[in-house]
Amino acid sequence: MLEIAALSLRVSGVALGISALTGIPVGAFLGLSRFRGRPFLVTLVYTGMGFPPVVIGLFVYLLLSRNGPLAAIESAIIPALFTPGAMVLAQSIIAFPLVAGFTMAAVMGVDAQLHLQARALGATRWQTAVTVLAEARVGVLAAVIAGFGGIISEVGAVMLVGGNIDGRTRVLTTAIVLETRKGNFDLAIALGVILLGLTFVANWALLRLQGKEE
Amino acid sequence: MMETLYQLTNVAHAYGERQVLQIDTLDIRQGEILALVGPSGAGKSTLLRLLNFLETPTHGRIQFQNQASQPMPLHLRRRVTTVFQRPFLLNRSVSANVRYGLRLRGRRDHTHAVEKALEQVGLHEMARQPARTLSGGEAQRVALARALVIQPDVLLLDEPTANLDPQNVALIEKIITQLNQEQGTTLVLVTHNIFQARRLAQRAALLMNGRLIETAAANDFFHHPTQPQTAAFIRGDMVY
Repeated sequence: MLEIAALSLRVSGVALGISALTGIPVGAFLGLSRFRGRPFLVTLVYTGMGFPPVVIGLFVYLLLSRNGPLAAIESAIIPALFTPGAMVLAQSIIAFPLVAGFTMAAVMGVDAQLHLQARALGATRWQTAVTVLAEARVGVLAAVIAGFGGIISEVGAVMLVGGNIDGRTRVLTTAIVLETRKGNFDLAIALGVILLGLTFVANWALLRLQGKEE
Repeated sequence: MMETLYQLTNVAHAYGERQVLQIDTLDIRQGEILALVGPSGAGKSTLLRLLNFLETPTHGRIQFQNQASQPMPLHLRRRVTTVFQRPFLLNRSVSANVRYGLRLRGRRDHTHAVEKALEQVGLHEMARQPARTLSGGEAQRVALARALVIQPDVLLLDEPTANLDPQNVALIEKIITQLNQEQGTTLVLVTHNIFQARRLAQRAALLMNGRLIETAAANDFFHHPTQPQTAAFIRGDMVY
């Protein structure tokens, strides 16, 4: 059981890291700049925020399957199907629009006059962006938390691309599905409580991080 | 004769179709206090944004310290800063706000400078407070300290004391006058408070509909204006 919880945390943690590293800069860029095609990209991000995880799972499944376009490429960064790597890939894709979308909204919520003030004090464009992102930090943290919530509790994609293999790709959510189907309700509930506890502790840790910075 | 710091030649600025500024010529001299007065929408704030190189004029040329390249190089742009009508403090501590401009410049030796700037505006006891807990007057003084600490050659003030109580107005006026006298900082003050302009400025200019109507030494401007619009504006008559 500990092993399952650890894998859940590892997969979702790494996926969250990847989506934060990509989603925060993309969200900040979309929130700060104006260019042709931006409305289209914004719509794409918002659509992604509501995309069913299981469909993304299917998409990743097809990409990585034996006849899929990625399977032919021999590379260390492309994971094989039914491995934790494949699950990380799917969850990164699920969390990315959540992180990017909420970051964008947070950045756009910062008073435009503050950009002007930052530049008046001598900030370069890059420094202005960093300043605005720092001002929006509560919203950015909410974006990361939303991303985490979206993937730690997600079952469809990890089931498809991971396969729920005992000792290899079984995570809390897929284990709950399995145990419920087998009628082991006690175990399913125990797993559910662990999942709830983990989510609580992770969010609490993220909020503490925010508190320290203040 | 003081040295010319800014030289504006045929400067025009437009937002889309709307022409907001059309200045044939304007010189700003090193170490002076120039007041820009005029009704709302006259282009005063736009002119300040151009002088801070936050925007590039649609036409014409702005020479600053004998440089006229567009965009202005960063090190020259950083010799100028603006205090706006609203303080726009960062959601951090008071001292972190004051430190901000120095950190942008990559300077780490800021403790003493920050303390000194806060002392200048009479807020050294509030250094550790979160900026959002300040009153309006205190916040504007922090904004002023944040500008002072980078020791600009030019300080642009865009209605810095509008909406403040008389005590804070007096305090801020005293600080900027001192700054001008002791450091030789050039000040350009936008105000529609004619009395403030008269108290502080050595030269004054009237801007209406984006055009300079009259630029003159303060004494002439306020007591012997050559243009009827200036006279009307000073009297407090509506001029449009």
